[in-house]
Amino acid sequence: MARITLDHIRHAYGANPVADSDYALREVHHEWNDGGAYALLGPSGCGKTTLLNIISGLLQPSHGRILFDGNDVTEVSTQGRNIAQVFQFPVIYDTMTVYDNLAFPLRNRKVPEAEVDKRVRDMLGIIDLADWADRKARGLTADQKQKISLGRGLVRNDVNAILFDEPLTVIDPHMKWVLRSQLKRIHKQFGFTMVYVTHDQTEALTFADKVVVMYEGEIVQIGTPAELFEKPSHTFVGYFIGSPGMNVLPAQLNERSVVVGSQRMDLNVPPQTKPGDRIELGIRPEFIHLGREGMPVKISRIEDIGRRRIVRAEFEGKPLAIVADENTEIPAEARVSFDPAGINIYANSWRVGGEA
Amino acid sequence: MEKTYNNKAWFFVLPVLLLVLFSAAIPLMTVVNYSVQDTFGNNEFFWAGTGWFTEILNSDRFWAALQRNLLFSVIILALEIPLGIFIALNMPKKGLGVPVCLVLMSLPLLIPWNVVGTIWQVFGRVDIGLLGRTLAILGIDYNYVRDPLDAWVTVIVMDVWHWTSLVVLLCYAGLVSIPDAYYQAAKIDGASRWSVFRFIQLPKMKRVLLIAVLLRFMDSFMIYTEPFVVTGGGPGNSTTFLSIDLVKMAVGQFDLGPAAAMSIVYFLIILLMSWIFYTVMTSSDKDA
Repeated sequence: MARITLDHIRHAYGANPVADSDYALREVHHEWNDGGAYALLGPSGCGKTTLLNIISGLLQPSHGRILFDGNDVTEVSTQGRNIAQVFQFPVIYDTMTVYDNLAFPLRNRKVPEAEVDKRVRDMLGIIDLADWADRKARGLTADQKQKISLGRGLVRNDVNAILFDEPLTVIDPHMKWVLRSQLKRIHKQFGFTMVYVTHDQTEALTFADKVVVMYEGEIVQIGTPAELFEKPSHTFVGYFIGSPGMNVLPAQLNERSVVVGSQRMDLNVPPQTKPGDRIELGIRPEFIHLGREGMPVKISRIEDIGRRRIVRAEFEGKPLAIVADENTEIPAEARVSFDPAGINIYANSWRVGGEA
Repeated sequence: MEKTYNNKAWFFVLPVLLLVLFSAAIPLMTVVNYSVQDTFGNNEFFWAGTGWFTEILNSDRFWAALQRNLLFSVIILALEIPLGIFIALNMPKKGLGVPVCLVLMSLPLLIPWNVVGTIWQVFGRVDIGLLGRTLAILGIDYNYVRDPLDAWVTVIVMDVWHWTSLVVLLCYAGLVSIPDAYYQAAKIDGASRWSVFRFIQLPKMKRVLLIAVLLRFMDSFMIYTEPFVVTGGGPGNSTTFLSIDLVKMAVGQFDLGPAAAMSIVYFLIILLMSWIFYTVMTSSDKDA
């Protein structure tokens, strides 16, 4: 187990990167604490897998260093780094039995056979495949194959970190819950550093203590699920986390108040901005109160999602999503008020302040 | 939609059945016809029963040719399959090297068989051939016309040169279909180069290897053109394989009856051997 430091890592797949857009990973400078459970969240193509492969040594970064507990391992091979990694699609060794599949990484590392047997039996119990131990791994379902892949990563108890690259993509929804909670339990039990890549926010928020949100090759925010929800530091985070995502409205700052269209809201602390910055106001649908008081909106559509309703409306000519309880009365002449605690101000997409 | 059950689907396979009938079944039946009759010309035929078969199966000449042919096929498989796998493993997987290698590999396969024979026939000649002359200058006693061993070596090297590419191309196709994730997972699991070959590459190549082994066995067991051009079956009978012997018997001596009987025995041997290969190589699929 180790503390993993990414020291100004940049990576480009092309030969001669010049512009920022040539880089799959623009610049990542970050430290993963020993024993932490992290989720790496972001849309497809944002560099999550690249970052993971750089940590495990499958890729050499174009620039920067990787340190495990302060030791530079940038030049160390995958095997030397002692990292476990589980891939998006199951990788199994068809010709081996389920048991031998799990024993494979241990035997390659010359673990004594008695120890191998003990750990493989334990792992078979955890992934619930004990009855299948002597079956050939070929011909199993995708679920079972992915459990074997997971098991091969988890069976090694001396790894520096375990990396998961969207490991539950091919798993049935009900099984996802079971496996995810097992992963959490294993994390508590053994205290591995775990990095879990996903583009599913529910998965990220339930698995991790800290969520790292990536966007276009950069880390845009690192925080607890609550921080990501309440204070998204980039409009992308606001949009990506939460369902529906945060409303982002073009705005102007006027000393101690923010102006959207013809509406003005007072701010307690005026944010620091430079002239010429593109100012936006972000507010989550959950922080908007719908009623007869406040600013006028035009309701265009109401979506019923069970206990709550999503009201799609038009506010100062811009679309606005509002989350309302199922019992909320929706008046014909609807008006809204913004909860001051939910207001975030963005300059050029980055958060500069809020909380009116 | 309601599914209908009747036998109309047979009409769809009828053209293929007709084609197979004319291209395979009918010619084969004429051979069967010859094999049980005797003729003295004038299109007069007499019933001979199983006489020709008894004669063939009791002839030393047939068994000697069969032994030579089996030995030849075993050597060919033992050389071409491992060599083909080895070359395929070392071929580039991306970049400009890929088309270059593929074209180079395909070249021997594109040359007509009798031309391959002629190339090697000239190549190996002691008086003017590049290979034969070079060996002679180096003081190595090599003469495929006189020495049976030299004749065998020439025919085998020629076949390896001609057909290893086929094994390479088939194996290569199997190799490039392996997703990168397998190699990455193997690295993570700390697998050695040998383990990667044994547990990832070989299993993925198994199906194409089966095809390669079957094709190379059948082809080498039926080999005719190239040794005929190079050695003519000699010196003596040392490179007279089954098909060369068969042609000598049917066309050279015009013994239609024994030749037909031998054809059928020959055909059954190939069928049997192919079935054995196929059964053995696919048997491990079933325990899954």
